[in-house]
Amino acid sequence: MNTSSMPDIVFAVLFFFIITTTLRSETLMVRMKLPTASEIQKLEKKSLVTYINIGPPLDARLGTGTQMQLNDRFAQVTDIQNYIAQEKASMNEADQPLMTVSIKADENTRMQYITDVKQALRQAYALKISYSARKGEN
Amino acid sequence: MPKSDRKVPALNASSMADVSFLLLCYFLMVSSMDVDSGLARRLPPPPQNEQEQSSVDVQRRNLLVVLVNAQNEILLQDQQGTVMYANENELQDGSGNLAMKDVVKEFVLNTSNSPDLPQLIEEDFGPPIGTVPVTSNHVISIQNDATTRYSAYIAVQNEVVRAYNELRNEGARRYFGTSYEELTIDQKEQIDKLYPQRISEAEPKNYGGGE
Repeated sequence: MNTSSMPDIVFAVLFFFIITTTLRSETLMVRMKLPTASEIQKLEKKSLVTYINIGPPLDARLGTGTQMQLNDRFAQVTDIQNYIAQEKASMNEADQPLMTVSIKADENTRMQYITDVKQALRQAYALKISYSARKGEN
Repeated sequence: MPKSDRKVPALNASSMADVSFLLLCYFLMVSSMDVDSGLARRLPPPPQNEQEQSSVDVQRRNLLVVLVNAQNEILLQDQQGTVMYANENELQDGSGNLAMKDVVKEFVLNTSNSPDLPQLIEEDFGPPIGTVPVTSNHVISIQNDATTRYSAYIAVQNEVVRAYNELRNEGARRYFGTSYEELTIDQKEQIDKLYPQRISEAEPKNYGGGE
């Protein structure tokens, strides 16, 4: 059997994956089951999206209270403003007004926490947000 | 010495496939194909001073209050009346009362020109649509308690967005003869202007009942 074209094919597939891949940049430290929604929209450009993860910590020793993870560490609501400023600064100037903040919160989170986060985002002028959700029936 | 006598030594490339397979496997493992999706919203800019915060004035008939309380019960209230849902699962069939999206749609459209529903104002939307009366001043205010569950809040947001999406789809069918998805960007803008999403997310209040 002539297998001389196999490397070519494999390379083609390889390049496809290299181009489409976005490396998992952060490891989740909070447990979250996203709420379900039916009218969700996809977030188009990943480079414009900043994530805020909210939920109980994965590590049981840290308790079951709601925690927030920004980048790779736990943070307080008061840290959001700095975080957003940092993320904005690392962006292309033309892209800055298009920045979207994706709030990925566990479905059992109390709204008090979400509201505090929203108020902090308003103060930081990150006004485009997205409530991250799973595609569901409801 | 004639050139044709030289021969290029054959390179053993049989391991190339193995190497590229390894690379391929690596990228297969680390790539995350899942795209994040969610309900897009726009927050209002922060209030410049205390006065501005209370200066927004909305006529009572133009306002639909959606209240999600600490027990995750949902209350819809406009000047016409009040609809109550015991939990987020009842939003669609309603168990006796209208589904929430239909209440929202009726509120936004005000087909019967009722004085208890938002004021109809004639506006021009360009060629295929023309001048039609719309409730351009309506506001849907979503309020929640401090201990409301996030999933109930999202379910309510979802129903409101669903109502708007259905309205836009109906508008697209009526004026352009296709679904909203298939419209051009300009046509979509026209329809969006016809049915603008006017959702207000109010500051939280503690209505009690929570811990």
